[in-house]
Amino acid sequence: MKVAQRFYLREVVSGLMLTAGHFFRNMGKHIARALGRRDARGAVTIQYPDERRPLAPRLRSLHRLVRREDGSPRCVACMMCETICPARCIYIVADEHPNPEIEKMPERFDIDLGKCVFCGFCVEACPEDAIRMDTGILEFSSYSRLGMIYTKEMLLALEPAGPDGVPRSPVPIPADRTV
Amino acid sequence: MTAALADFGIAFARVAVVMLFVLNVAAILGWVERKQSAIMQDRIGANRASIFGLRVMGLFHPLADTLKMLTKEDFLPARADRLLFVLAPFASVFFSLVAFASIPFGDTLRVGDRVIPLQAITLNVGVLYVFAMLSLGVYGVMMAGWSSANNYALLGGQRAAALMISAEIAIGASIMGVVMWYGSLNLQDIVRAQGDLLFGWIPKWGILTQPLAFILFVTAGIAATRRIPFDMPEGESEIIGYFVEYSGMKFGMFLMTDMVETTVLAGLCTSLFLGGWQVPYLLADGFHFPWGAIVGLGPLTVTLLQVGSFVTKVAVMIFVLMLIRWTLPRFRYDQAMRLGWLGLFPLSILNIVVTGAVLLAWGART
Repeated sequence: MKVAQRFYLREVVSGLMLTAGHFFRNMGKHIARALGRRDARGAVTIQYPDERRPLAPRLRSLHRLVRREDGSPRCVACMMCETICPARCIYIVADEHPNPEIEKMPERFDIDLGKCVFCGFCVEACPEDAIRMDTGILEFSSYSRLGMIYTKEMLLALEPAGPDGVPRSPVPIPADRTV
Repeated sequence: MTAALADFGIAFARVAVVMLFVLNVAAILGWVERKQSAIMQDRIGANRASIFGLRVMGLFHPLADTLKMLTKEDFLPARADRLLFVLAPFASVFFSLVAFASIPFGDTLRVGDRVIPLQAITLNVGVLYVFAMLSLGVYGVMMAGWSSANNYALLGGQRAAALMISAEIAIGASIMGVVMWYGSLNLQDIVRAQGDLLFGWIPKWGILTQPLAFILFVTAGIAATRRIPFDMPEGESEIIGYFVEYSGMKFGMFLMTDMVETTVLAGLCTSLFLGGWQVPYLLADGFHFPWGAIVGLGPLTVTLLQVGSFVTKVAVMIFVLMLIRWTLPRFRYDQAMRLGWLGLFPLSILNIVVTGAVLLAWGART
């Protein structure tokens, strides 16, 4: 340790210069913004519920089930996703499909989001491209465990996020549902 | 009769002005602390509290804080000493509030045939009074630590006492240089003497005549207010501190003490080192610039300028204190003790000796 550093006062002054520099630079930007310069930002933080960061296209958000042209699920209930799921949060009950060319369809397709770890293995495993995680919805929460279980109908109704990453579907289960 | 009543009214008004100034500044300091630290750290800071959708940059947060403190449970530990436990926050905040009383915020104001000194109380030993009150403030802290029946609180109280002793001596010794230079213990006289000019054009402020004393005083003063980097009595990451058992508004009063003491320290620094209410070259009848120009001003304008100058200087000093508080990390306990006893104390003694030698030489020459 140098003598000047042991004396401490010089280090204090240099530290104060640094923080004061940040203060006045940011203050100038805040004032410029208040005067109408919208591109001036005095802070690196984001005011989360009011403004959001753009989401990366590959971000894994809430799942959705892809539909066929007639609206029925593309899923053929092959159980690949249920098998690979490390959290064991997918529950499928298979059923006959009315169309004889299609082997099966899910009668139930539940995802317990309280267990899901968002690894995306189900999307990777699906041979039919029937499940995707591109809704852009991140804010699903609930006061009850039941409120975290998403059924086939809810997952089928979801739309992919827009090109700007903003979700186009509402959150299927509102946060204030208690059962 | 009316004269006595008027005297009483004036005395009351002087106290009320100082009291309202200190209390309001202390309340706003909560907002200043949050916002200034946020802007220093590239953040935005608290801005959510709103009244009818009006946010005004988070200015309502102190109000919301106070409401929260008032409505919280006022907990009394089962084994605590009831009287001292309740008394401690009041003692703490009381002594810090009255400390501001002898700090002058302006020269005298002449109304009719009355001469009103612009300070709450005129004391010949104003400097000593402020220090007495500031050091009495530590009794509140010690009482809080002792009466809580909590070992961590007791540790905090003991640390506060030890820190106070080591800071107090440095404060007193560093101030001696200023007192020797201006030849008075009266804060008003010290401020008046700082209006003189050095070499005919430099205002003789304490920071120029006693630069070492200024640094020592600010350091020891921050230690006396128990704020970071000298917050070992709190030490929130290790012992939580003397107010660990306090909740509700009693806890709020300890927070308020912090803010009030910061204001008092800023006011004291202003009076002793930054020329108090002096505006450079402003005399009682207007500006007298060193190059000969004279701008005449009325007495009321001069008084307003002086009070404005005092408030501005206090604000700048508070900014500096906050800057220090949000820049430096906390000293370890032994480091603070070493700094107080082996750094500040000998240096302030050295300052006294050098000041005395300079004054002797100066006196011998003239």
